[in-house]
Amino acid sequence: MEKYISLPLKEEDIRSLKAGDMVFLSGELYTARDAAHKRIYEAIQSNQNLKIPLDGITLYYMGPSPARPGKVIGSAGPTTASRMDKYTPTLLNLGLKGMIGKGKRSMEVKQAMIKNKAVYFAAIGGAGALLSQAIKSVVIVEYEDLGTEAIRKLEVENFPVIVVIDSDGTDLYDNYNGEMK
Amino acid sequence: MRDDENKVRQIELTEVTKLIKEMCIEANHFLSKDVEDSICEAKEKEESILGKQILSQICENMQIAGKEMIPICQDTGMAVVFLEIGQDIHFTGGLLEKAVNEGVRQGYEEGFLRKSVVSDPLIRNNTNDNTPAIIHSEIVEGRNLKIIVAPKGFGSENMSKIFMLKPSDGIDGVKNAVLTTVRDAGPNACPPIVVGVGIGGTFEKCAILSKKALLRNLGERADNKNINELEKELLEKVNQLGIGPGGLGGSTTALAVNIETFATHIAGLPVAINICCHVNRHSTRTI
Ligand code: SF4
Repeated sequence: MEKYISLPLKEEDIRSLKAGDMVFLSGELYTARDAAHKRIYEAIQSNQNLKIPLDGITLYYMGPSPARPGKVIGSAGPTTASRMDKYTPTLLNLGLKGMIGKGKRSMEVKQAMIKNKAVYFAAIGGAGALLSQAIKSVVIVEYEDLGTEAIRKLEVENFPVIVVIDSDGTDLYDNYNGEMK
Repeated sequence: MRDDENKVRQIELTEVTKLIKEMCIEANHFLSKDVEDSICEAKEKEESILGKQILSQICENMQIAGKEMIPICQDTGMAVVFLEIGQDIHFTGGLLEKAVNEGVRQGYEEGFLRKSVVSDPLIRNNTNDNTPAIIHSEIVEGRNLKIIVAPKGFGSENMSKIFMLKPSDGIDGVKNAVLTTVRDAGPNACPPIVVGVGIGGTFEKCAILSKKALLRNLGERADNKNINELEKELLEKVNQLGIGPGGLGGSTTALAVNIETFATHIAGLPVAINICCHVNRHSTRTI
């Protein structure tokens, strides 16, 4: 089913999204990948303040290529989500509601998603030029020294994703896990 | 004496730097025709509706990349550079390795490509210019220099594997290794993938063979009849895994299985599987 959803995700939207839905997201996303996750996690562990409000946000696991002059951003497709799995349950417990990446998630992440009612979307890996067209503005909000891995706030319009794991824990990838037909 | 001098060809290293720079930019914006054709063909043949949609978005992505000069994928890779150096060449104006890295530095900077290299694997500080490149060089006959620049993304690199099989594992062991690796890679390697397989040699030799296998034209099968058949059989089996485009189901899990082989030891059967995503980039020049 095709759905148009605005960000931040509302509770009723989260409940209505089911694994397999094609979704067009509009609104605010935050980017974070390996190095930013490590820093967020360490900041939480040592009770430091974060510049990004984790509560209610959707994170996009993405590190863009540099923007050409006159462009908002360069290529901007998803990176492999499982590398964030170590940190994700902690973030979910602090209110993270949506995640966009590619590839499988761990059991621990799924359990934390069910407990906290969150959604994991996949964007098409290797379609960074296409996906960049849905990004309307970009601001670096934290860890600028990390370059491509800095946390950016993105304004997106009809950003195309697919629900892979819904808030009940149903995982679309489980249907296509390479068992011989 | 004079004859010998005439035989040696001088190549100024600034020329190498300039070529590498151009090739880094080209490879990240334009796929070779065989890869592009293979993706478009797969779109026609794909059985899953969602799979078809994903493949058509991947095609659209390639068009946008070329037209707007936005890299096909934001992971513009670690630059893998293959050099086939004619033994009658003499490089002038510095060090070859430095010239290659300078080309990568300029290409990634001027081409607005992402810098994805950290200087130390454990401390992990970005070098901010995507160097060093991974350089494989070979001395060959003649006076020509062949350069291949193959930027490699790590979503798929991370899903690659080496198996030190026993001779008694035989061809079934090889098939099993390939299928297990593709199955484990699942959606992480950005399918549809290209599967590069190296069989034989030593531990490191089979890994390099598997990387080289990714460079071969996707429509071209191995010369050796057994290997040719093995490539076809494995492609069919891989596509029966049902992983499909984006890992969301379908009949297009891989575009090709390319296998390279080499002599090996009486006690071993090394097999390396290097997985590459559909963004199978390589740019080639011979001067
Ligand atoms: S695996 Fe390939 S397509 Fe996927 S993100 Fe990496 S470079 Fe891009």
